[in-house]
Amino acid sequence: MNQSGAVVQLKGITKRFPGLVANDSINFELKKGEIHALLGENGAGKSTLMNILFGLYQPDEGEIWINGQKTVIDGASKAIDLGIGMVHQHFKLVQPFTVAENIVLGNEPKKGMTVDYKLANQKVKSISERYGLKVDPQMRIQDITVGMQQRVEILKTLYRGAEIVIFDEPTAVLTVQEIEELLTIIRNLAAEGKSIIIITHKLKEVMALSDTVTVIRRGKVISTVKTSETNERQLAELMVGRDVNFKVEKTKRQAGEVVLSVDNLRMKGDQSKMALDGTSFQVRAGEIFGIAGVDGNGQSELIYAITGMRKVQSGKVTLGGRDLTNATPRSVSTAGVGHIPEDRHKHGLVLDFSLSENMILNTYFKPEYGKSGFIDYKAMDELADKLVKEYDVRTSGIHTHARALSGGNQQKAIIAREINKDPDLIIAVQPTRGLDIGAIEFVHKRLVDARNEGKAVLLVSFELDELYALSDRIAVMYEGKLVGEVDADERNDEQLGLLMAGNTGSADNGGRE
Amino acid sequence: MDTLKKIFNTSLIVPVVSILLGLIIGAIAMFAGGYNPLVAYQSLFERVIGSPYHMGETIRAITPLIFTGLAVAFAFRTGLFNIGVEGQFIMGMTGATLVGVLLDLPWYIHGPLAIVVGALFGGLWAGLVGYLKAKRGVNEVISSIMLNWTALYLANYIVAKFLLEPGQQKSKPVHESALMSIDWLVELMDKARMHWGTFVAIACVVIFYILLWRTKQGYELRAVGHNPDAALYAGMNVNSTIVKSMFFSGIFAGLGGVFEVLGVFGNQTIMAASPGYGFDGIAVALLGGNTPIGVLLGAILFGGLSYGSGGMSFGAGVPSEIVRIVIGSVIFFVAAHGIVKFIIKPFMAKKKKEAA
Repeated sequence: MNQSGAVVQLKGITKRFPGLVANDSINFELKKGEIHALLGENGAGKSTLMNILFGLYQPDEGEIWINGQKTVIDGASKAIDLGIGMVHQHFKLVQPFTVAENIVLGNEPKKGMTVDYKLANQKVKSISERYGLKVDPQMRIQDITVGMQQRVEILKTLYRGAEIVIFDEPTAVLTVQEIEELLTIIRNLAAEGKSIIIITHKLKEVMALSDTVTVIRRGKVISTVKTSETNERQLAELMVGRDVNFKVEKTKRQAGEVVLSVDNLRMKGDQSKMALDGTSFQVRAGEIFGIAGVDGNGQSELIYAITGMRKVQSGKVTLGGRDLTNATPRSVSTAGVGHIPEDRHKHGLVLDFSLSENMILNTYFKPEYGKSGFIDYKAMDELADKLVKEYDVRTSGIHTHARALSGGNQQKAIIAREINKDPDLIIAVQPTRGLDIGAIEFVHKRLVDARNEGKAVLLVSFELDELYALSDRIAVMYEGKLVGEVDADERNDEQLGLLMAGNTGSADNGGRE
Repeated sequence: MDTLKKIFNTSLIVPVVSILLGLIIGAIAMFAGGYNPLVAYQSLFERVIGSPYHMGETIRAITPLIFTGLAVAFAFRTGLFNIGVEGQFIMGMTGATLVGVLLDLPWYIHGPLAIVVGALFGGLWAGLVGYLKAKRGVNEVISSIMLNWTALYLANYIVAKFLLEPGQQKSKPVHESALMSIDWLVELMDKARMHWGTFVAIACVVIFYILLWRTKQGYELRAVGHNPDAALYAGMNVNSTIVKSMFFSGIFAGLGGVFEVLGVFGNQTIMAASPGYGFDGIAVALLGGNTPIGVLLGAILFGGLSYGSGGMSFGAGVPSEIVRIVIGSVIFFVAAHGIVKFIIKPFMAKKKKEAA
């Protein structure tokens, strides 16, 4: 151990990819037992740097020192030998295997020729108890929640004797409650003497969790500061490189006529339970109607029902007086609904199409994009050029595959496409998931702009901050129906939390419409 | 023509290196067997381009592979694995034979009608697979393989029952008015069996491109192929697109069968086993990276090698099994393009540095 107590030292790390310098002579130091946040926007080079530390990439220049020893990490197995573990953003688990099997995979305790499952279960149990990571070793991965799967990933690193644990965007996939639990787990690990690096672009978590923050922007270290000596605003500025507006400016506005009316919708779920169990609400022109709730309470199904992507068993959907119950997605779209879907990779984009082709994804059939069955590529490209400029989609060109764009720019492209259709109703589901501050600010502004132009906006989000920042009214969805409405001007997390947990009794002003 | 350029750049280098590697492995195999690879390859090329007759017959061998290669590639572009091209090819043959033998019409109706009916037979046979997938969720690989056998025995039954030339194991000859051979070209090429199918095949290469990349229908087909969820979101009818895609694919396959009957043999035999063009089409589509030009080049390579194999055994005494090894290793290297990319990577990097 060297005198500074640093377990990891990265000195002058440079990594170039064709066309960009992902890391530009980066210096980074991790002390024993500290929680060090690596903060930066999407594409700033955080993940590249950590992949270098984990041996997945080789740096073009620079040195890596582990425990005061200069080392070359030429693969993940070398990194694991050095006591480095990584919890990836996208879990690498074998779905049909049990928790214990996944954890010991590649390093199984043996009994003769066979795996000693009993011993494996025991070992897993003892580690999980020691660090307070509650899991059932005999459950199958496919049957446990995302938060639980993440614990399995953490246990995997601990089982392999990790002293340094890297978390890559660990909260991106978690619910509010799961995030709280994760933060506790990470604190426990640090208290046990593990050194933690957490890659993130969420300021709240940085403030709540870390001891030290290193801010990276465009491949360079901008600053390394003690968390106790900084604040969210300063970090945001360091990260984005300019002053950031947290609060979208939004004036009070009188809502207009009812645009969308949803009446007593019922839809069968995947199991025997009803996914929608009598959902009713209305959205008016010029207002943002927010729907809060824990993931999996029928929000996705509600949107599928309105947009025609799944059939309902009963109930009614009307748009501006027109009956759209169980209409096809195309007729819903042409009736004046823009839909920013929850999963931009699954629904929002064809990733192997060019950006330009994606811009006409739900309007390609219209005569302005070609008559007599042929596509007018010129008209398509003109539209794409226009939208790319207007919505500041950063891309190397409109013929680039959508796959090559960063998440924020993909989302901007979708929003551009949907708003450009000039719909009466905009449905935005988790519109800022996985986006960095700059992009979030942009998306929020566009949604408020649309509202100010008199469009009706239906917003579904799991982020309370977002709901409060944007909505004119907030309703809570629980087990397939709206269980109450709360005041959007006066923030009351406790009341909202109770409603989200299905506790309607104490929400005295939470009457249904 | 940016797209064309892109097609060439991305999918040409790897196949070319694969071919070279395949030829080298083939040479090693021949060397190990005590044959002279140089003499063998020389006689292969002599056979393929040595005389007008052989050149013509090589083209004859290439033509059905263009059709079946396009059929496989087309379905693949829509995310479907049409392994039933073999059966659709046979149905195309049968449709053409039925019209060609049973009807008696003036040439300007008879030929085109036989072609259209044969193509429709192929298209509907494949459409059935698409329908089963769209409506009932039956995996297209399973149903189309099963339908290959159904097609083979159905075709044999139709020939035996309705079209049989007495005393022979084949149908009556197709009427002169429906035949598609090009007499002056046959004469020019020393009696090689030249027919209009070759030109139709090349037209199909162009149609393939236009249909997929220029039309709205093609836009839908590709969207469904890449991401059916996004296609649903965009308001496309995913199920009907699957049926359409299989139908188009089957038309290409059917046309291949049509011209084997109308252009080459003039009749249909009772087959003990399928002709195999459909399965070779999978290899051709793979060789060509599922692009139209790639399929054309793949068919030329595959057909040329197959036909030229006769020359190798004739000229250098190499058994045709060895030629199968060469073809097999070419396919292997194309399929395992990761290996080829790995092998050429150092060379590519060097080239880039020199250019820089």
